[in-house]
Amino acid sequence: MLADKDRIFTNIYGFHDWGLEGARKRGCWSGTKGFIEKGRDWMVNEVKASGLRGRGGAGFPTGLKWSFMPKVIGERPHYLVVNADESEPGTCKDREILRHEPHLLVEGCLLAGAAMGCHTAFIYVRGEFIREREHLQAAVDQAYEARLIGKNNVNGWDFDIVVHHGAGAYICGEETAMLESLEGKKGQPRMKPPFPANVGLYGAPTTVNNVESIAVAGTIMRRGATWFNSIGRPNNAGTKLFCISGHVNRPCVVEEELGIPFRELIERHAGGVRGGWDNLLAVIPGGSSVRMVPAAQIIDTPMDFDSLSKLRSGLGTAAVIVMDKSTDLIKAIARLAYFYKHESCGQCTPCREGTGWMWRVMTRMAEGRAEKREIDMLLDVTKQIEGHTICALGDAAAWPIQGLIAHFRHVIEERIDQYAANPDHDGAVRRIAAE
Amino acid sequence: MSVRRLHSVQPDSFAFNAENLAWAKATIAKYPAGKQASAVIPLLWRAQEQNDNWVSKPVIEYVANMLDMAYIRVLEVATFYTMFQLQPVGRVAHIQVCGTTPCMLRGAEALKKVCQNRIHSEPHHVSADGKFSWEEVECLGACVNAPMVQIFKDTYEDLTPTSLEQLIDDLAQGRKVKVGPQIERHHASPEGGLTTLTDPSLYEGQRTFTRVEPPPPPPADSAVPPKT
Repeated sequence: MLADKDRIFTNIYGFHDWGLEGARKRGCWSGTKGFIEKGRDWMVNEVKASGLRGRGGAGFPTGLKWSFMPKVIGERPHYLVVNADESEPGTCKDREILRHEPHLLVEGCLLAGAAMGCHTAFIYVRGEFIREREHLQAAVDQAYEARLIGKNNVNGWDFDIVVHHGAGAYICGEETAMLESLEGKKGQPRMKPPFPANVGLYGAPTTVNNVESIAVAGTIMRRGATWFNSIGRPNNAGTKLFCISGHVNRPCVVEEELGIPFRELIERHAGGVRGGWDNLLAVIPGGSSVRMVPAAQIIDTPMDFDSLSKLRSGLGTAAVIVMDKSTDLIKAIARLAYFYKHESCGQCTPCREGTGWMWRVMTRMAEGRAEKREIDMLLDVTKQIEGHTICALGDAAAWPIQGLIAHFRHVIEERIDQYAANPDHDGAVRRIAAE
Repeated sequence: MSVRRLHSVQPDSFAFNAENLAWAKATIAKYPAGKQASAVIPLLWRAQEQNDNWVSKPVIEYVANMLDMAYIRVLEVATFYTMFQLQPVGRVAHIQVCGTTPCMLRGAEALKKVCQNRIHSEPHHVSADGKFSWEEVECLGACVNAPMVQIFKDTYEDLTPTSLEQLIDDLAQGRKVKVGPQIERHHASPEGGLTTLTDPSLYEGQRTFTRVEPPPPPPADSAVPPKT
């Protein structure tokens, strides 16, 4: 288990002062100037050497992403955009950073900005996080007041932070949709290439990073890439905020080392599975967009990027949704299908039409009002959507259903059999009989 | 995609009050020159707050004029982003029940029933007394505190049908209500006591760190001898 002294977010539950004074006492904003003085390359290399992989879901190496920005600032300014549009079902970690550790984020923005030649950062907070945004804005104001950021600040890198917000669109968590939204448009993703590092916000070089990726940057530089890299497992380094929800005894957000076995994570921090381990049915280990994993496969799996992708699932945002044997899995996934239907931006036909189609079929299957051949048809449709859209929302809508069919096809078939065998409902059987 | 239309009954006009107008000008100034359209969501949001928490056609036109945008562009934004309420909402509370799977697993459907019984059988309809309205929304990002609702700026978490009924009663009577978790619990920490961050030395005095440096590269003579 990770020792308390190795946790980065020591005020994640908000028991202490989240303001500047409290953050400074916990070690934030110390040595910041020195890191900036060491230069861009040093900072990028430090994050590269730490092994930090993006905490927003895809797990792309953060230092490598930073290195894609042009080396020289040309005619257009460089921008840093921080993705605080946390909306992946199951995920609620950035919320805790925004409201209880905002200074780690503000400091991280300055360091990341200096490392990429950006003098302006936009933090895009999801619209629903109103109180969280108030805390963040207050922290930014405190940082301006103390001349930690702004023009001619004490850290020696001119830097402005604009706290922006959305208004309830999941798709704006996709980086190019976020840029569109920041420009005042509907959040519809852009084609790539060009990638944001070349043509991003207002057509200028831009890097979009998750809140957690940016918020750990300061501590990584303070304690050294070697320290961060020594935690976790090879290629899966560091600490991670896990959000444990669903059928556990004590749901919570907790910072642990990557690679902690599932059983230990749940037993130690979430009070175990409701009704005991024998009652565990399945787990969605990384937010709604990853495929579910049946109990037997996940219990002893290390919770990290590589181990979970071997199970054809993923760590995603480390939003662990636990489902016990009382769960109606078909209904649970049908509800996710509704989520994706609701959140599709409507730009690409396979996603706009497909998410609605999948939801309608899933709703029938949850009742059993379907035919068995439709299971394969549904699977086929998910594959026609996956990979055929501009952004990954289409894939994200397809994967939960694929996971359900891969592991629990028998449950869907049983439901269909039950429905067909029961003549006492308003369904096909009785109608045929009446005819 | 959700299909959203403007309300059938629209007021005649809208204009920011003095305080909001000053705020709007300061907000527009945060974005680069010529990029004032970036402020469309913050401005619409502030206008919604001033306009009894819903966005009307005059609001859209007013914001468009202020930002020098075509009306259709602002209409697009107002209909695309689902936090903009396009019809009047309850005076006291518009209850947004999170219904996505993590909340559903912990009883969000029962909360919806409470709203249907207490407020209106249909979402987006104002109750007979004009005080309440409700809707089911997608994941609000408080999944470890499921099930939960959001009412305007605040969230009410770890709810049961009984505690939601109580909340509605309290709001209707104008009593003070507790925001956040409705059970004995501090924000996102586990109920019943912490499992981490219990080391008091983390919070005593000024915390300092020593950098762990990588091991120095091996001396030259221990390097692999060149192949002969």
